[in-house]
Amino acid sequence: MTQMKETSMTDTSITAGTTKGAQVELDQLVRTYGQVRALDGFSLTIAPGEFVALLGPSGCGKTTALRVLAGFEQPDSGRVMVDGNDISDVSAQKRDMGMVFQSYSLFPNMSVINNVTFGLRMRHHGRADSRTKAGQLLELVGLSDQSTKYPHQLSGGQQQRVALARALAIEPRVLLLDEPLSALDAKVRAELRDQIRTLQQRLAITTVFVTHDQEEALSMADRVCVMSRGHIEQTASPAELYARPTTAFVAQFVGVSSRVPAEIAGNEVIVFGQHCPIRTGEPLSGTGQNDALLRPEDFGVEIDPNGKGFVTHKSFLGATTRLVVQVGEISVRVDVRSDQGADIELGTHVTAKVIARDVLVAPRVAMAPVEPL
Amino acid sequence: MAAIGAMGTEMALDQILGPEASPSRGRRRPRFRTWRLVVMLIAGAYFLAPIYAGLKFALQNDANHFSFFAVKALPTEPGFGAAFWLSIRLSFVTVVLSMILMVPTTIYVHLRLPKVRRVVEFITILPIVIPPIILITGVLGSYPLWLKSSPYLLSLMYVILAMPFVYRSLDAGLSAIDLKTLVEASRSLGGSMFATMRRVILPNLRAALLSAMVLTLALVLGEFTMASLDLWETIPVWIVNFQQSDGHVTVAASMLGLIGSWVLLTLIVSLDRSQSRRSLRKTGGV
Repeated sequence: MTQMKETSMTDTSITAGTTKGAQVELDQLVRTYGQVRALDGFSLTIAPGEFVALLGPSGCGKTTALRVLAGFEQPDSGRVMVDGNDISDVSAQKRDMGMVFQSYSLFPNMSVINNVTFGLRMRHHGRADSRTKAGQLLELVGLSDQSTKYPHQLSGGQQQRVALARALAIEPRVLLLDEPLSALDAKVRAELRDQIRTLQQRLAITTVFVTHDQEEALSMADRVCVMSRGHIEQTASPAELYARPTTAFVAQFVGVSSRVPAEIAGNEVIVFGQHCPIRTGEPLSGTGQNDALLRPEDFGVEIDPNGKGFVTHKSFLGATTRLVVQVGEISVRVDVRSDQGADIELGTHVTAKVIARDVLVAPRVAMAPVEPL
Repeated sequence: MAAIGAMGTEMALDQILGPEASPSRGRRRPRFRTWRLVVMLIAGAYFLAPIYAGLKFALQNDANHFSFFAVKALPTEPGFGAAFWLSIRLSFVTVVLSMILMVPTTIYVHLRLPKVRRVVEFITILPIVIPPIILITGVLGSYPLWLKSSPYLLSLMYVILAMPFVYRSLDAGLSAIDLKTLVEASRSLGGSMFATMRRVILPNLRAALLSAMVLTLALVLGEFTMASLDLWETIPVWIVNFQQSDGHVTVAASMLGLIGSWVLLTLIVSLDRSQSRRSLRKTGGV
């Protein structure tokens, strides 16, 4: 696959600053379908030029939020603001938002160049100007040699790059990406992920990216907004979201977490007999039945013939090795350095310690057995 | 791929166990081929025999010798020219009205009312189950005189008769494209609904539109009951009326109508294919 041209930015008119990002504010959006509340008081503010990913499982409302922003859906209540102007009643046609769809959505009857010029022609740009600008954008996405081809003659990755060029051609105030990488194979997905991010940063365009793939969201976005049942669970930078989830849902949806029964003692939680500070987030259970949610790297283990835990599974992950340690009836996942993990065999008795600086505590739920790694 | 895999397995079995141990292609295939041939011959005879008989009769003179006299006489027969011209006008008006009515309706149903597709499909079938004679009798008894005195009343009726074919062609065409996403893509790029229809939807419905037009045309050129009861002499009515004067000429007219429809259909299909080939050649595709 042709790589995106890094150098072409300097000799084209499509450079950072020409496409100015807008501030977006989604205010208390509610959208219901029959009995289902797809958006339940959804509010989010996006800074100019920011890349925000809406992440969540199927049916959490992330696509509905994007479609409301694009103007394809009308909210039952709430407002959509762009640069301080309420555009809730403005049609999709007049919102100046470029959208890239999961299913490519190139016009099958038009060549690549005509697909890219479509938006410009709709804005009454001259034919020659439109083609010049489309050519620059195609060069930017590394497809200038494919301009006369038709969509069915391109691979999925190429089609999606044309769709990206087409969306950028109109110099949109906001770029909307609706799971644009989902239909692509793993290698192309990884390449395009980096290319989209590079392009977005260079053009400084406000971007909203919908995905159910946490790896995509964490690697591309400035901020990730985790959604569940129509509302926001947490919005934070990828690093903060991973390291300091504030709800049990986020802790378990993003990355891997083990649930360990915990006792509350004032401002502290007791896990495996250790006292740790409680991280603010979830309200605690009124019945006193709470769990601590801990990442694999929140634990440390030491080989101890008298230790209460023993290793039931072991998996080499490169720099780290992941262990499943059984302590009584509880299983926890623990990451150790691979040189340390080399000495640990299945059945080895160990002592597990919590090394996190604070611990997220959430009301207890029926515990599922820990999957092997 | 499955067939190749199965053949490969059979060949491997032949090699290991000998040809008699595997399910024998030698026993089953010829029997299958024979049946296929028999079915094709019966179907071919069923369709071609009447056409052959018609052509033979049209190309004979009264002495049963081969002759083009019926074909040559056709344009000069009384009433033929007027009937032909009326059929052409009715076809044109019917095709235009059908497209104006059905294209936006079908697109709207696909885009905005996908849940009522089955209901619309059922409604469009009604002209097939309601005999045309009932339809035209009701219309002649209730419509105003100015409309009844116009031949274009027939076009209004033909639009209803053509509805099942037009709807199905368009429905199949729309189902073959991702209509909703294409429309949303166009709208997000600033396309008005009219521009979206003209530049995105209709070009992608070309084959379905052509198919709907050809079916409508064939229906109008062959419809007899309504035209006869409304007392307008279209080609089918002229054929029936003139049959008593000269059987050879009327059969020649039927055959020419049939050949004309085939030629039209072939032209449209070739046009569609050559456009696709041209676009592939132009872009260097395969």
